[in-house]
Amino acid sequence: MKTYTVNKTYGEINEKIKKGKAVVVTAEEIIGIVQKKGDVAAAREVDVVTTGTFSPMCSSGAFLNFGHTSPRIRASKVWLNDVPAYGGIAAVDCYIGATEVVEGDPLNSIHPGEFNYGGGHVLEDLVAGRPVRLRLESYGTDCYPARRHEKNITIHDLRDAFLFNPRNAYQNYNCAVNMSDRTIYTYMGVLRPDMANATYSTSGQLSPLFNDPYFRTIGIGTRIFLCGAQGFVAGPGTQHNPDAMRGENGVPKEGAGTLATTGNLKEMDPRWLMGASMLGYGVSLYVGIGVPIPILNEEMVRYASVTDEDIYAQVYDYGVDYPSGSAQSLGEVSYKELRSGRIKLHGRVIPTAPLSSYYKAREIAAILKDWIDKGEFLLGEPQQLLPSCGAS
Amino acid sequence: MYSKKIIIRYGADVVDKPVVYSLVKDFDLAFNIMRARISPRREGLMVLDLSGTKKNFDRAIRYLRGLGLSVEPLSKSVTRNVDRCVHCGACVAFCTSGALYLDKNTMEVIFDPEKCSGCELCVKGCPTRAMTIDLL
Repeated sequence: MKTYTVNKTYGEINEKIKKGKAVVVTAEEIIGIVQKKGDVAAAREVDVVTTGTFSPMCSSGAFLNFGHTSPRIRASKVWLNDVPAYGGIAAVDCYIGATEVVEGDPLNSIHPGEFNYGGGHVLEDLVAGRPVRLRLESYGTDCYPARRHEKNITIHDLRDAFLFNPRNAYQNYNCAVNMSDRTIYTYMGVLRPDMANATYSTSGQLSPLFNDPYFRTIGIGTRIFLCGAQGFVAGPGTQHNPDAMRGENGVPKEGAGTLATTGNLKEMDPRWLMGASMLGYGVSLYVGIGVPIPILNEEMVRYASVTDEDIYAQVYDYGVDYPSGSAQSLGEVSYKELRSGRIKLHGRVIPTAPLSSYYKAREIAAILKDWIDKGEFLLGEPQQLLPSCGAS
Repeated sequence: MYSKKIIIRYGADVVDKPVVYSLVKDFDLAFNIMRARISPRREGLMVLDLSGTKKNFDRAIRYLRGLGLSVEPLSKSVTRNVDRCVHCGACVAFCTSGALYLDKNTMEVIFDPEKCSGCELCVKGCPTRAMTIDLL
């Protein structure tokens, strides 16, 4: 068991938050504080560091209960604005997934397809309070005789609506280039031939899981900013991989940890949840997440003060290697380089573009800080931490 | 040297007139045709990058309008819906004219309509469909 000079508990920090005495800074602000004062003094001074990320996050969706109809229906097939939802849950429950494309979409038959509407857009419409056409089909039972039902609904008509995202907030992600001789249209955006551009997708030093690389404070029950509402970490996300390659600072150099998140869709704000159309690829959902990192000791403040300079991503070729399933890293680049607008790779200078909004990530970290400052947001102590690997 | 991108919209009655030739011959303007389109009913649209002296440019615009053509700066036809733009920066990857770029300090996506070439790549490439170009 490690011993620390500074030792704080969730309870102590929450007491300070309630009294309006907690010191809260963002993951950008903490960098200068630690550099100036050192980790022990910074850990004594600061109680919470707020993070943020805003990015298209596939593996998102919502459970909806649309209430009983008259006559009753056991809905086995469900559509919202002609986007199929999964109805095999219960009579009037469904799950609408972010990447489901609207029926009748030409998809990629004329390449690259536009993918103007899908599950992510249904979620945005619901959260924005816009009417959505609900269509149900069934085979009819003695207790649920109706076979069809159709009506316009808004989110207010739904009995229950909660976002449940199986995989969000990826701790690091690939930097994508295209070494082929044609433009390609991917979930990493438009990639021009012969490595003419590179795209990447995390908010680096502001990103939640980069600030707690070994998940010492994040787990089931961690209270978070989720699309403008207070939501929770439901557990490790799918593909959560704590054993990824890490740098000396403990920060993963490739895709590693993920979060499953949940929150009340009715409390969310369309500024932080928006449908996404990825040209030639499909639909997705922009999700805004902010996680508070409690500064329990000097080790946590050291982790939370990580800078873009010390976070690396692997570069992959999405032209040939990645689609074939045999991707080998072409090299690694820091987030400082990525965010500067150009990277150097194989002796070439390549312009970069993000898919993740650093601007919005910064706004989220600031909002979360404001909530905690005002005593409106208390830390949720995890009931069980996310699976981690042995940190030195 | 004065330089500006303009959209000329014209009806079927002027489609056979050598308008661009006059811009060079009578007004000493250099031109770069960025797009040109004639529809089945022979009305059309042309996006031109014109450069020359400011005096000649203004005279040329008066000449074109005198012929009954609609002339507008290209920048007026390209708009960004600020409510939909999330400043992700995806557009920066394919905006070849440099009209869409990231401010390195604020990390906001800046749109400079004066630099736009009207290629329309951003219209379908923007994941939130924040960009619109009216080239009708």
